[in-house]
Amino acid sequence: MDIYREEILDHYKNPRNFGELADATYKAREANTSCGDLIELQLKLDDSVISEARFKGVGCALSIAASSMLTEEIKGKKVSEIIKLDEKFMFDLVKIDVSSMRKKCILLPLRALERALSKMNR
Amino acid sequence: MLNVEKIRKDFPILSRKIHGKPLVYVDNAATTQKPRQVISAIGEYYESHNANVHRGVHTLSTEATDMVEEARDKVCKFIGASNREEVIFVRNATEAINLVLYAWGEEHINRGDGVVTTLLEHHSNLVSWQQLAKKKQAVLKVVDIDKEGRLVLKKNDGRISHGIRREEQVLIGPLELLLDKRVKLVAVTAASNVLGTIVAIRKVVKLVRKQAPKAIVLVDGAQSVPHMPVEVQKMGVDFLVFSGHKMLGPTGIGILWGRKELLDKMSPFLFGGEMISEVRLSDTIWNRLPWKFEAGTPNMAGMIGLGAAIDYLSSVGLENIREHEKNLLSYALPRMEELEGEGIIEFYGVRNVDERLGVLTFNVTGVHAHDAAQVLDSEGIAVRSGHHCAMPLTKRLGTVATVRASFYLYNTQEEIGRLVEGIQRVKQVFRI
Repeated sequence: MDIYREEILDHYKNPRNFGELADATYKAREANTSCGDLIELQLKLDDSVISEARFKGVGCALSIAASSMLTEEIKGKKVSEIIKLDEKFMFDLVKIDVSSMRKKCILLPLRALERALSKMNR
Repeated sequence: MLNVEKIRKDFPILSRKIHGKPLVYVDNAATTQKPRQVISAIGEYYESHNANVHRGVHTLSTEATDMVEEARDKVCKFIGASNREEVIFVRNATEAINLVLYAWGEEHINRGDGVVTTLLEHHSNLVSWQQLAKKKQAVLKVVDIDKEGRLVLKKNDGRISHGIRREEQVLIGPLELLLDKRVKLVAVTAASNVLGTIVAIRKVVKLVRKQAPKAIVLVDGAQSVPHMPVEVQKMGVDFLVFSGHKMLGPTGIGILWGRKELLDKMSPFLFGGEMISEVRLSDTIWNRLPWKFEAGTPNMAGMIGLGAAIDYLSSVGLENIREHEKNLLSYALPRMEELEGEGIIEFYGVRNVDERLGVLTFNVTGVHAHDAAQVLDSEGIAVRSGHHCAMPLTKRLGTVATVRASFYLYNTQEEIGRLVEGIQRVKQVFRI
């Protein structure tokens, strides 16, 4: 089953950056209520750089793995770079071919990131 | 006894391959497959008899009208109703419930009245009444379930004593303690689409008639009518709803059965053609039952398709279908309990074959329901994962999502074996 290759299972069982970020600058939650996936993304900003990114929550292997991989990717990057991240980026990051039904699992952390970014603009 | 092999030949889709493997279709609680006989009946209608009904005197219109009204008679006989005027065609069970909400509930549920539903309900029979109660400032009450997923009817059942409490500002407890003379409606499922629990409707009705004499009883038969014989007159309820697509029929057709005395007094649900008898500029006189509740051009093909589905089910025999599913359960339950004993799955619901439909709901330990369902799909097995339109119930089970396998007359023991193997495969893929 390609969808659950080694790398995905690893990120699901040992998610990177999982846990509470004590001095988070921005937090954002997103959920797939139909699946029961719930992710909270927590970011720390230093100047315009994401110095720290964590996430917590429950969800399917795809949403957890995607969240783990995304937080690794955005750490140390400038906000101006993060804003450009889109759906294609997520699917390329995770490298899984999924049915339309599971796409929202992979996109969940991106949605949380978008929500966090929109809070920054205010 | 069913001849399953013979039956399977009637269902073209069952010969499909999924990811190179023979399809194991065990998502019947979501929707059922259609036999050639139903597909042909619909095709034949469009090929030879299609016309709008109840209008015009031309031949095709007469044929179509006779065919749909014949379908209504078939439904009437199938459910043991005494009067065809009590059989209303709707889109599905959800629409039937909403019809009662708008045509009966709006008028009869008032401030301070009690509206009782249960923790087993599908959202259609929960959200509707919840919202009506909110709008009318009525009191929503919910019948609780026990650890095995049975409805708690009495305050004392055997060794355990149950009380009422508040959960999210809603009263929840045994039916006995929720009923009083201000309760106007009791909405209850005949069988749970999540746990398969079969509800003792006659016991429910007995309690309601005794302790809430003003209340009507509406039964959601979406899961029960396709799988067990039903006799509305014996049930003693006021309304019964069910959907065609869950009983080998096409989508877009369902039934509301209601007692004539109630239906006669109810105002229409939808307005338009068919449901009128006389229209002037200032006012309208409604059509007689059942058409008073069937506005607009009906789903003729759907009605005929449902009639053909009923013919098929009747020829197999609902008692035989129930027997077959009990046999499948007798085979499946010990296997599920074995997996449970090994810590591979968490299994939900009553363990007694007589008290449940052929529905198996579980979670593979350490694996989200959607991931388990994904792996099962790769093995050709079609199950459903999620909350199954019953979020409060899923939450009560202590989880966010479950995997559900549900049988029908065309499933086999061999397929259950493949499901069990599939669960082992989930374990393998996730390296548990």
